Amino acid sequence: MNLRKLSNHAGIGALSLCLLLTALALLVFLWSIISKGWSVLSWEFISQPPREAMTSGGIYPALLGTLYLTVISIAIALPLGVMTAIYLNNYGKPHWLVRIVKVAVNTLAGVPSIIYGLFGMAVFVNLLRLDVSLLAGSFTLAILALPLIINASEEALRSVPKDFTDASLALGATERQTILRVSLPTALPNILTGAIISIGRVAGETAPIMFTAATFYSRKLPKSLSDEVMALPYHIFALMTEGSNAQKQVPIAYGTAVVLLFLVLGISALAIAIRYQIRRKRKW
Amino acid sequence: MVNEASCLLNTHICVQNLNLWFGANHVLHAVDLCLYEHRITALIGPSGCGKTTLLRCFNRMNDLIDGTRITGTLLLDDEDIYHPKAQVTSIRSRVGMVFQKPNPFPKSIYANVAYGLAITGKYSKAQIRERVRESLMSAWLWDEVKDRLHDSAMSLSGGQQQRLCIARALANQPRVLLLDEPTSALDPQSTAKIEELLTELKKQVTILIVTHNIAQAGRISDYTAFMYLGDLIEFGETQQVFTVPKDPATEAYLTGVFG
Amino acid sequence: MEALKNKVFKLTAYVVALFSVIFLFGIIFSIFYEGLPLFRVVPLREFLFSRQWYPTHEDPEFGIWTLLVGSIFATLGALVIALPLGLGSAVFISEIAGKRWREMAKPVIELLAAIPSVVYGLFGMAVLAPFVRETFNLDTGLNLFSTSIILGLMVVPIIASMSEDALSSVASDLREASLALGATKWETITRIVIPAARSGVIGSILLGFGRAIGETMVVLMVAGGSAQIPRTVFQSLRPLTSTIAAEMGETVMGDLHFQSLFAIAIVLFVITFLTNLITELVFLKRSSR
Repeated sequence: MNLRKLSNHAGIGALSLCLLLTALALLVFLWSIISKGWSVLSWEFISQPPREAMTSGGIYPALLGTLYLTVISIAIALPLGVMTAIYLNNYGKPHWLVRIVKVAVNTLAGVPSIIYGLFGMAVFVNLLRLDVSLLAGSFTLAILALPLIINASEEALRSVPKDFTDASLALGATERQTILRVSLPTALPNILTGAIISIGRVAGETAPIMFTAATFYSRKLPKSLSDEVMALPYHIFALMTEGSNAQKQVPIAYGTAVVLLFLVLGISALAIAIRYQIRRKRKW
Repeated sequence: MVNEASCLLNTHICVQNLNLWFGANHVLHAVDLCLYEHRITALIGPSGCGKTTLLRCFNRMNDLIDGTRITGTLLLDDEDIYHPKAQVTSIRSRVGMVFQKPNPFPKSIYANVAYGLAITGKYSKAQIRERVRESLMSAWLWDEVKDRLHDSAMSLSGGQQQRLCIARALANQPRVLLLDEPTSALDPQSTAKIEELLTELKKQVTILIVTHNIAQAGRISDYTAFMYLGDLIEFGETQQVFTVPKDPATEAYLTGVFG
Repeated sequence: MEALKNKVFKLTAYVVALFSVIFLFGIIFSIFYEGLPLFRVVPLREFLFSRQWYPTHEDPEFGIWTLLVGSIFATLGALVIALPLGLGSAVFISEIAGKRWREMAKPVIELLAAIPSVVYGLFGMAVLAPFVRETFNLDTGLNLFSTSIILGLMVVPIIASMSEDALSSVASDLREASLALGATKWETITRIVIPAARSGVIGSILLGFGRAIGETMVVLMVAGGSAQIPRTVFQSLRPLTSTIAAEMGETVMGDLHFQSLFAIAIVLFVITFLTNLITELVFLKRSSR
């Protein structure tokens, strides 16, 4: 009996150790990034472009670039993703096609981001002659975000109670009307949550934009879809690996990382908060 | 309350002045109850009267619920199982429990029955094999499964699964067997079989069974305890409680005035 | 009129759903199209198993064995760290922590999973690597050791989240049955709960594997960059992903080097595709029980 009690305590102790170590590691990680980057932050940092060959100044163009890339790619992916989810959930026939689409979506979700980058380069930049541009990058990111939005939207639509759709159809509405007037509005908050989480994901990606949109040195702000853009994640990477003056540029990298972290975590936290509110208010 | 006298008789399983709170809810009020050995005692009463809660006191399963507070004593062979120094796992291995919905582990039939022994590490393979056979025989399941002991327990029917759960509990050779509405999820045939089984099993082990089926209590139990809103209202020989109940509430419940 | 709108809408949904399939084939086609021509010049066997990766030499050689081993070592190293931390945390949260802690932990894990990989890379490069270098007296901290730690840390939320889901969906009456038979909490966890959640846990590990082996930024910034098989845990390495990312800028479109990087992408895709397939099979097994 004593051995069993001992194993019990030892085992549970080991588990709490795992949790503590994890928490500790993550705290050290976040703390070092935030504490080193915090001192660089200022209003100028966010609103001014970089100066003196990226050794001082702000990161405004990168912020703008990330914003554009994110908004455009999600604007493309959202309608495509929701429509696909509508097909999968509300039409769902023929079964073999549904399976093929689901397999394709799951496979896409597992493709490494560097391969998306290569694909974007081969097709959008080269084949379609879009060159390294905001448009090419946005298209690439849109395809990356697509499986995420599809999965979230499908789950959202699936959780619409059958009672609602049955009632609509029983009143003589067509499938289309039922989807647009009943299913979508009911599923909308959860779809939005999924979209918001995808925004966070897309904003933080580096590999897909490395060869399709991003640049380190850009003298002007992106004015058209065919311009190259700076982007926050790429900026961090470039400062650390291509930079000429480590002493001045590493702090900027930290500052950029803090901005990116706040952006991404803020967006994700928003999505989680919305989802929590929905769950609390819903009576079904 | 009821039956201080009975504790002088041949019983070593006694609840004394047991009070239980779930948070601020006073769910069991000063319950005194003794179980006669080698007899079946039925706990009856309307929903929410606390009979399942009382049952679960016998093996301290209520401890698993947050915010539970208990005062009083529960004697199992002169040991108060609610004593601060009591070994909960040891107590539980001496008190068997069968649940309302059959809950065999997703393992083989053999592994299910052997579980209680295997975790102690004290038994040899041969001992375990023998105990498994005995328990399955006591539970009237041996003939049906002896050729497929290593098949998954999930391949058994509902009634067979419940008998498996009984065998699993019996393998620990418990002092008391607690059953929480064991047949409410089963068909009438399986129910009848288990009722017959329990009547035979009481020769081996003392049985406490919670049931919302008054007829079942009347059929199989030797003693009946009627509970209402957390109080033990009446306790006595089943024959007597059912024909000449002492308390008007008991009579009302038995005649279906309320359920 | 309504009938027509209905038909058009339905058709649109069908067509759009096909986009995913088209995109997937587009990706597969493009990497094969650009990468396969390499094998006219370099036989597949040599490509996969030769240790000579000298794409920029006058007489270039394209053997990815060191890169492949690099990817595998980095991923295994990451799992060595992520598995105990992630699974241990998941078990604690699911089986031992109180309800309130559990409700708090889930969103926290989700947030952690959202941290961009480049930030992990920054930490690895600017904080961990110098620390490792000084503590162990090395030439550089950019090596397998540091990579495993950072990559592992990145994968922990994935393993923790999925394992916790699998563990908490084990029916509570199984736990009750075990405890009622006199088992301790630890025995219940190890003998009943974890085995019952087996396929979910394995699925999470596979998912973590796929994530780690496909990760680019962290290995690009922390692994060191030399195309060698690390003999000790403190040596640098060069996984497949960082090779592609690091060298693509140096190539001319269509030349052998360019094609070889796409060929690497083919190998990478096959690996992650197979991992995905195995994960699907594991889950299929679970749902048929």
